[in-house]
Amino acid sequence: MSAARDANAEAAHWLERREFESWCEADETELSAWLARSWEHRVAYWRLKDAWEHTERLSALRPVSPKAAAAPAPRKPFRPMLFRLVAATIAVAALGAGAAIYFSGGNGPRETVYATQVGGHQTVQLADGSKVELNTNTVLRARVGAHERLVTLERGEAYFQIAHDPKHPFVVMAGDHRVTDLGTKFLVRRDDKNLEVAVTEGRVQLDTPDGRLQSPVLLTRHEAAEVKGNKVFVTRKTALSLTNELGWRHGFLVFDHTTLADAVAQFNRYNQGKLVIADPATARLTMDGTFPIDGISAFTEVAQEVFKLRIERRGGNTVISR
Amino acid sequence: MAETVETSRGTGLFKPGATMTASEVEVWFVREVLPMEAMLMHYLHQNWRNKSDIEDLRQEVYARVCEAAQKEVPEKTKAFVLTTARNLLINRVRREQIVPIEAVADLDELEIAIDAPGPERNAMARDVLRKLQGALDRLPPRAREVVTLRRIEGLSRPEIAQRMGISEKTVSEHLTNGLCALADMLYGDASDLRSKK
Repeated sequence: MSAARDANAEAAHWLERREFESWCEADETELSAWLARSWEHRVAYWRLKDAWEHTERLSALRPVSPKAAAAPAPRKPFRPMLFRLVAATIAVAALGAGAAIYFSGGNGPRETVYATQVGGHQTVQLADGSKVELNTNTVLRARVGAHERLVTLERGEAYFQIAHDPKHPFVVMAGDHRVTDLGTKFLVRRDDKNLEVAVTEGRVQLDTPDGRLQSPVLLTRHEAAEVKGNKVFVTRKTALSLTNELGWRHGFLVFDHTTLADAVAQFNRYNQGKLVIADPATARLTMDGTFPIDGISAFTEVAQEVFKLRIERRGGNTVISR
Repeated sequence: MAETVETSRGTGLFKPGATMTASEVEVWFVREVLPMEAMLMHYLHQNWRNKSDIEDLRQEVYARVCEAAQKEVPEKTKAFVLTTARNLLINRVRREQIVPIEAVADLDELEIAIDAPGPERNAMARDVLRKLQGALDRLPPRAREVVTLRRIEGLSRPEIAQRMGISEKTVSEHLTNGLCALADMLYGDASDLRSKK
């Protein structure tokens, strides 16, 4: 076996582990040490890493099912009644909402599922008077009553405006993380890997019930926490950048020195037809601007005019390249 | 790595003669050198008969090029890559006591390729998606399935193992082998280059 083949095999092995396993500091240290050992290691790793990053575009090639594309009213939420409580709930619902809340033998309030499709946006009023705005492609389960206020964000993004009740903290679960509201307005967004919590008013506490986070993180107005793997990054945001981040509440995407890669990722959250950037240099261009959430054509026009990029339609997708 | 604003195509992000940090070398390598891989491979295949050496040669060229570029960004990447490759081949010939007579096609001819037109980088970038699909199609079926399940369906290693009825270790092997093959096809596939000749 040749030296190059060894280096390639080891580099591929590192990438495979990084892709599939939870990555901790010790792993990062070990990888850095391996990379530091020789230029052969580094070039092998960089080359395969870049190839693997290219394959990320494959996710955009996923065929859009004709049924989903034809969905006429994306803003109308569907409510899958998935849960076992459902039969009991329906039976009791006839007695009136108030009864339903206290029903189910001490198991607490009933659970309601709210969901939006890609491009959807819905505001719901919870039983305690709190308001939740669901952004695109979001699923949220709520058990909210007089003694318990628990919401689980299964996926997507939601903006919470919580009715103040110091005796019964409002809790949002997102994967392993728990956000406890201390009287506030805040945003929670999660995707496959990351979680973001940003506070526009008041304070929240972020922790993990299983104690994986050693100490809870307290966030106040204009602070945001980004959870990546087992690290939490806390940043201060300006009022403007938070307003921009919440542009979706009014149907807008706001870009402020945003890379095309990030802008495209934003559009792709809201639209069935996906934008694809064909090369890394294009992905790194940055831009400012405000677009309607479904304004893909306005966006590609800007890309064409300002950056002289090529726009090509392929199937339901739009490919942007130099 | 979003620190750069490029306004026109082909503007040099890296100033010739400057030094680079380690992470800049990575960006430089990925942007400037990897797109040359098909041309480099073509050159190596043309000028070195022992095919089992090619992968080593390519990797050594990359290592040398990066090491030198960190100290001083070369003015013209393509010429620099090819010159490095040529010097490497010449040194190999000199170093080895017994050189098969046909090892190097013709040392004089090594010079020529540097002035010959290389691949057009923008064209390559434009083609990445098409190339990616082509490369994926040519992967061994099981490796392709693993890559697809990971990238398109986002499954975890145990989930993929279960879905395909294989062990997790085999999933890892398919992914690592698939990744190496994908990279070769994505960067090193010189079929575009040859067909132009």
